[in-house]
Amino acid sequence: MCGIVGLFLKNETWRQQLGALFSPMLIEMTDRGPDSAGVAVYHAHTADGGKVTCVHPDAAFDWAVLVARAQAQIGAEIVVRQRGSHTVLKTADAVALADFLRADCPQIDIVGVGDVIEIYKETGLPAHVCESFGVAGMAGTHAIGHTRMATESAVTTAGSHPFSTGYDLCLVHNGSLSNHNRLREKLTAHEGVVFKTENDTEVGAAYIASRLQAGRSLHQALEDSLNDLDGFFTFVAGTGGGFAVLRDPIACKPAVLAETDDYVAFGSEFRALSSLPNIDSAKLWEPEPAVVYSWEGQAA
Amino acid sequence: MNRRLQAPEKVTDFRILRPQGAHTLACGLNAPLTVRIAGHVGYYCAGMNKQATVIIEGNAGAGVAENMMSGTVRVTGDASQSAGATAHGGLLVVEGNAAARCGISLKGADIVVFGDVGHMSMFMAQRGRLVVFGDAGEALGDSIYEARIYVRGKADKLGADCVQKDMRDEHRDELRELLAAAGAPEVNLDDFKRYGSVRQLYHFNIDNAGAY
Amino acid sequence: MSDNWSLKESHTFNRRIIDDIRRAAKTGLYRIRGGGAKRAVPSFDDLVFLGASMSRYPLEGYREHCGTEVTLGARYAKKPVRLKIPITIAGMSFGSLSANAKEALGRGASAMGTSTTTGDGGMTTEEREHSQILVYQYLPSRYGMNPDDLRRADAIEVVVGQGAKPGGGGMLLGQKISARVAQMRDLPEGIDQRSACRHPDWTGPDDLAIKIRELREITAWEKPIYVKCGASRPYYDTLLAVKAGADVVVMDGMQGGTAATQEVFIEHVGIPTLAAVRQAVAALKEANMHRTVQLVVAGGIRSGSDVAKALAMGADAVSVGTAALIAIGDNAPQYDEEYQALGSAAGFWEDYQDGTDPAGITTQDAELMKRVNPEAAGRRLANYLRVLTMEAQTLARANGKSHVHNLEPEDLAAVTVEAAAMAGVPLAGTNWVPGS
Repeated sequence: MCGIVGLFLKNETWRQQLGALFSPMLIEMTDRGPDSAGVAVYHAHTADGGKVTCVHPDAAFDWAVLVARAQAQIGAEIVVRQRGSHTVLKTADAVALADFLRADCPQIDIVGVGDVIEIYKETGLPAHVCESFGVAGMAGTHAIGHTRMATESAVTTAGSHPFSTGYDLCLVHNGSLSNHNRLREKLTAHEGVVFKTENDTEVGAAYIASRLQAGRSLHQALEDSLNDLDGFFTFVAGTGGGFAVLRDPIACKPAVLAETDDYVAFGSEFRALSSLPNIDSAKLWEPEPAVVYSWEGQAA
Repeated sequence: MNRRLQAPEKVTDFRILRPQGAHTLACGLNAPLTVRIAGHVGYYCAGMNKQATVIIEGNAGAGVAENMMSGTVRVTGDASQSAGATAHGGLLVVEGNAAARCGISLKGADIVVFGDVGHMSMFMAQRGRLVVFGDAGEALGDSIYEARIYVRGKADKLGADCVQKDMRDEHRDELRELLAAAGAPEVNLDDFKRYGSVRQLYHFNIDNAGAY
Repeated sequence: MSDNWSLKESHTFNRRIIDDIRRAAKTGLYRIRGGGAKRAVPSFDDLVFLGASMSRYPLEGYREHCGTEVTLGARYAKKPVRLKIPITIAGMSFGSLSANAKEALGRGASAMGTSTTTGDGGMTTEEREHSQILVYQYLPSRYGMNPDDLRRADAIEVVVGQGAKPGGGGMLLGQKISARVAQMRDLPEGIDQRSACRHPDWTGPDDLAIKIRELREITAWEKPIYVKCGASRPYYDTLLAVKAGADVVVMDGMQGGTAATQEVFIEHVGIPTLAAVRQAVAALKEANMHRTVQLVVAGGIRSGSDVAKALAMGADAVSVGTAALIAIGDNAPQYDEEYQALGSAAGFWEDYQDGTDPAGITTQDAELMKRVNPEAAGRRLANYLRVLTMEAQTLARANGKSHVHNLEPEDLAAVTVEAAAMAGVPLAGTNWVPGS
């Protein structure tokens, strides 16, 4: 039960302002989700590999020793950057680094892996979360955010959205799935997915990741979810190159889309979009139930 | 602000600027006021309205004019889900489209939508009338009681117990009045089809069990 | 019934089950009835108070004061509800009950300084006049809902669900849709009325928060807003009601009654009241809102000991529904012959949906309802509520408390392992709380 916002920039010259445009959207959704907040920020593609966003339970953890060991193991340089409680490790092969971290230091929580994705999430009010990570100063191509009113799983950083279970993939969700327990079992048994929380959305994210893995596009994966997921959901999903929206066929949970020549924006309620430039002249509509809307931008 | 609108002194014309999608604006009014809201509003705008005329110059969030008793509410843009839900009286005009569940459990109000309406519109509607210029989504009028529906566009996926009915002169008169009250654009009344209850769900019958 | 002692009745296919199967095969309809779950479930009866002796000192009965007053809704409401006793009358609609029965409930409750509650059918004038404190239910159907009655109410109860059927909608069969009921509900007379299971304009706690704000805006932030849930996942539901801005949470266990619903719902959905109280209190404590947001517990409350035990487990008040109907004359033995003619018997009547209630309570029949004399029935309800209160005070004093709200879980022990596990109190004579 929550608030969702998303901003996908079509105009490349706006990329420096992504965070500045995005953080007021997230903060506006505080009433819908005062328990925790999170953002997935997609940066412009560069030629120098990917990154792992992770959290160490010990805020004072000294990364130097671990990073040195990791560099020796994966044979590539790692650049460490701290943002609030999260650490972003940049390296040539992010998957290899993530695998090393999981094996070497299991207490580290890996919240996102990809070429361009960085994920920041934390319990507390959205304004506090935006400030502690400096969201307003972030640049990028698109961002997806979530404010959470926890329903049946714990209020923790791990239980916060966005959930990322695939490379450069993230999912946020408003609603409540009713068949996630069996789906979780199936994904665990047949695809070896390791779940970190009891959260229904994590199962949704893993499901979409598994469809992508099977060669489906993001658009197709969301279409598949209409057959396999039960319950109420408004989803916003991101990949390195794209951004997509889907509501369940009953469509009880709110959603508003806005599009101009410069951006596509999603909000659980219009007020989340009201601070965007030229919103008065934007095309505004509510996504239809059971219809996937997707936008592809930079080459993935 | 709602306090002031609910207990107006002398002034009867109000204008609300920059609503920015705020919720529960102009709800619970009970005086012959005119309130113009210059922009998009959030949930439950003009909820439980009595007597007042509320004009939303933009889009409305969920449940606009929900449970309205009397008066007029006009949305110049689109209305989100559950527009006019359970409204007992008055007139709701949506110049754009209305989303799912428009007129759900309607209890006597009139709703005129210049565009389309979403799925499950007029679900369990008891009394009142809905006019749609565009198309109606799936399951229109499911489990409808004595409310009436007029649709000009496509309405090919009717809900349980809802059927197309004859347009008689009395219905054309009723429609003409509704369109005039709504200030609707000139159209040919013969383009509309009428829908209502076939009244097979009024008493439980095992042969209808699949429709429950 | 056979008196042949050599016959062995099957537990699996006993006479009742055989009758159910035959009835289903004959009619093709599921069984619809009123009342609450009839099956045996762990209850407050499985708890006992420890009382005072050497380590604790009791209060003198009758002489030493033991308070019973309770304030509901002070979290946000400018005009909270103040009750003289921690026992309220649960929501029961005009339509399911006769106007005389509603009036009797109002009279009885008012005499004791407590509240009654409307139901799925709007507020009647009689009800408002005869109820000093009236809680107005806000239900999915919104029958008769209007802003004037909302403002006339003393509190608003947003009904998400009820204990008899969490997740289900209501129904009122045609026999009970009289001209007046039809008019109040904007329905044609005599048809089966179906009520939705979800509210028409919100789903989930994030949207409920906005709905509650609307109700507060319309009533100038004066009225306490209760949120009533059927006990299904009470821990989460209580937490979410608090997050959505409720002043009061009403938690209705599976023993709670209904006017009419599918029997399979009544007996097989929802959890017992005893289990629900403990989880609801845990949620309020988790949110640091215990005693700030009040908890009203309902579902099978019958006696002063039920009241005292619910309060000891952390509730602020309880609601009675079925018991109040019995107090005003439901299932009275004087009508036994008529009950038998309907295929039931006094003490067993539960076909509230049929509208043929010989006691004149769950009916809209003009002749039958005359059998309820609102004044006399109101007096009986007041007497009953007085007894519940005195019993609860007696138990509180025996535990050394000068106010019933000072009863604590530590004053209780359980006599069954099941009750110990559900209530989270030790099995009598041990320090053992199963599962802790």
